[in-house]
Amino acid sequence: MMEHDIVIIGGGPAGLAAAVAARKAGIQDILILERDSCLGGILNQCIHNGFGLHTFKEELTGPEYAARYIAMAEEEKIPYRLNTMVIDISKEKEVTFINREEGLSTVKAKAVILAMGCRERPRGALNIPGYRPAGIYSAGTAQRLMNIEGYSVGKEVVILGSGDIGLIMARRMTLEGAKVKVVAELMPYSGGLKRNIVQCLDDYGIPLKLSHTVVDIQGKERVTGITLAEVGPDRKPIPGTEEHYDCDTLLLSVGLIPENELSRGIGVTMSPVTSGPEVNDCLETSQEGIFACGNVLHVHDLVDYVSEEATLAGRNAAAYVQAMEKSSEEESGEESGEKAGKKAGHQVPLKAENGVRYTVPQTLDIVNMQDSVTVRFRVADVYKDRYITVSYDGNTVLRRKKKVLAPGEMEQIVLKKESFSDYPELKNIVIRTEVE
Amino acid sequence: MKETSFDVAVIGAGVTGCAIARELSRYNLKVCVTEREEDVCSGTSKANSAIVHAGYDAVPGSQKARFNVEGNRMMEALSKDLEFDFKQNGSLVLCFAQEDMPALEELYQKGVTNGVEGLQILTGDQVREMEPNVTDTVVAALYAPTGGIVCPFGLTIALAENACENGVEFLFNTGIESVKKTESGYDLEAGDTLIHASCVVNAAGVYADTFHNMVSEKKIHITPRKGDYCLLDKEAGTHVSHTIFQLPGKLGKGILVAPTVHGNLLTGPTARDIEDKEGTATTADGLAEVMEKAGLGVKNIPFRQVITSFCGLRAHEDGDDFLIGEAEDAPGFFDAAGIESPGLSSAPAIGVYLAELVAAKLGAEKKESWNGKRKGFLRPEKMSREERAALIKEHPEYGTIICRCEGVSEGEILDAIHRRPGAVSLDGIKRRVRQGMGRCQAGFCTPRTMEILARELGITMEEICKNAPGSNMLTGEKQEGAAL
Repeated sequence: MMEHDIVIIGGGPAGLAAAVAARKAGIQDILILERDSCLGGILNQCIHNGFGLHTFKEELTGPEYAARYIAMAEEEKIPYRLNTMVIDISKEKEVTFINREEGLSTVKAKAVILAMGCRERPRGALNIPGYRPAGIYSAGTAQRLMNIEGYSVGKEVVILGSGDIGLIMARRMTLEGAKVKVVAELMPYSGGLKRNIVQCLDDYGIPLKLSHTVVDIQGKERVTGITLAEVGPDRKPIPGTEEHYDCDTLLLSVGLIPENELSRGIGVTMSPVTSGPEVNDCLETSQEGIFACGNVLHVHDLVDYVSEEATLAGRNAAAYVQAMEKSSEEESGEESGEKAGKKAGHQVPLKAENGVRYTVPQTLDIVNMQDSVTVRFRVADVYKDRYITVSYDGNTVLRRKKKVLAPGEMEQIVLKKESFSDYPELKNIVIRTEVE
Repeated sequence: MKETSFDVAVIGAGVTGCAIARELSRYNLKVCVTEREEDVCSGTSKANSAIVHAGYDAVPGSQKARFNVEGNRMMEALSKDLEFDFKQNGSLVLCFAQEDMPALEELYQKGVTNGVEGLQILTGDQVREMEPNVTDTVVAALYAPTGGIVCPFGLTIALAENACENGVEFLFNTGIESVKKTESGYDLEAGDTLIHASCVVNAAGVYADTFHNMVSEKKIHITPRKGDYCLLDKEAGTHVSHTIFQLPGKLGKGILVAPTVHGNLLTGPTARDIEDKEGTATTADGLAEVMEKAGLGVKNIPFRQVITSFCGLRAHEDGDDFLIGEAEDAPGFFDAAGIESPGLSSAPAIGVYLAELVAAKLGAEKKESWNGKRKGFLRPEKMSREERAALIKEHPEYGTIICRCEGVSEGEILDAIHRRPGAVSLDGIKRRVRQGMGRCQAGFCTPRTMEILARELGITMEEICKNAPGSNMLTGEKQEGAAL
């Protein structure tokens, strides 16, 4: 069986950034496994701009952003396989994949980085009643057909869901000559970035109907129309508010789900909130030596943060491999001490409370952590003039005022190692929103 | 006008029509199956409970009772001959109140009279031991070990392929508009096609009354009885292992909860009589009813994991039974009408019975060369590591995964297109090899599958349909040089 130091599952933005970081940290033997026919992942179909403001301090399109990381990976001569589907990862980090050329192969890795990305929620997940004709697309599928294959998927369009892909597609289809009649959003607020609402809807006069959903789909072969209705606070349609729209296409942008079949197969602990693995501050899952980053971990709204997170995962995976090698040199004959070089850790759980839905990471090792750790999270609702507070065992250590907090925008705070020096016996870290 | 002649024309390529066609293919007869859709299994056969009923439910002495029990007994051997997915998982009819016990006893007695083997009445605790997720309110249940689950697509497609292999011709996109009695038999008109047939078999599902009434004065009437379903992710697939029915009682007819042969969890159906024979739209009420009533018998069903919902139409005849046999006043016109539940279970037995009647009518002999075996689709995922590796080495297309959720390879999609009758639409591929049937519901694989379909059929992307003509996936090629 072939062995590699680090095997990375997925060659999108997360996988590429992780690979480059691991190589820069000194790991030579890396393999990226990508199921598509080229590297870059979903960025390749995101031909709009707005990528890279944080990472490169300039505004790039998705393919341009991807190309920068692909160039870095090529420069570092990091091996990758395309059209290669990983079908199983064992606890022992044996990665089984298939492709046309090699058939079915298994390689053994010292560390694995999960970077499989996410998928879109389909119509079925919403149980939208009505017929099941052609012309109902998840926004990303339509985006691929338009931007990669070059086809028009519809002429008269209604979009359900105001996630970023839905907003981007509203503009994209308008530019392609389609009439986007309305974007409906179940929640009383948009799930997308504010800038996308302005640049993709407002600039084109596309109405956004908050607290609305699709209650019927008409058309036996191809969509001929849909019915929208207003929803109440319980998110149930209000009878009598139905409005009909003629259209040939219904695009759905109703949420993304981290794609974790492989993670579940390994048996790593999953978070019911993020639908991704639970990780510590090294972005290591409950299974030692298996790391996760990017949208497979939790759904991001900016690729820049994916790259940042993945860079950390790559570095930590590299450190893990190096520590393993060092310990097997030092303690040859004994069981390889995976945690070699580290002091006994002190893992502290991070708790999300009062309007904070989750945190990534979910635990923090206050002894072995880096000088600082970025904790990312999302809030549960739109809040105005609230504080984000962090407390250690009940003592507030950080309090930051935010004018607006919204579920569509990921938040982050940075915790410094030195802040824990007064809390050697720390039991928990709580992150919450507070009104005053 | 294009004229063709057949000894037998079967109207409808659902499970009943295909079962009859396969049985007819044993004889020295020229047989065609006409189908208004682009593929087999496009009506009620694609949208039902996927259950092989044990046979305790039907009125003793009825056609339903007879063919259900016979069909049930045939299913296992047939699934081996034709290699489709079938599992005898056993079924439970839950009883929620002591006062309903006589009804449960009655069901048991009916089953015994119908010839159903192995029936037992279990206590509530026994039931919960077998099925931990059954609700605490259950006081008893009728257990039928011969109840089963089947892939309705797999069964129908297997029957059709085997019929085709044995010489039956399938005429798709051929919606029969009129059936007329002639001296030598019947003339069937469909667009510019005229089919002369000595005998006609009417297996037209919810439209069977339309065709019957074209040739017979003894009118029949079929009501489409609509049923909504929810299908759950494979993660929920082990929530129950038996098919769980509810005893019809004060709570109404009840909703079943069952695993599918592919490992999903299925709940449904509702039962609402409608007039529209095309009324396959699900309704908010219907789906809500499914979720509410399913929960009466089985607790904690993870409805968050619904991946799709759908609706099927049962062909309910006013007489409340199957109408099977030669129409009294139309010699040579054979009905398989009113085929509602337990139609899927009964199809193999109906096929044998009707084919014998038709063959006798035409004085046909059995062929010597008939091959009753059919190879199922290759499923690399189910192979051993060595077998799979060897397969990909010889046929690399089995090494390219197109559908990530269900792990379907390009090779399997090519098989779906190139076997006969082959898939010509996305749904046709889905029903054959499960591409797009997983939790992302074809989000990822649609563009790739469309490319393969266009390439293999030599058609353009714009011509690709989801299913029937008119269900085109695209609305045109992107304008050249359009603004980005």
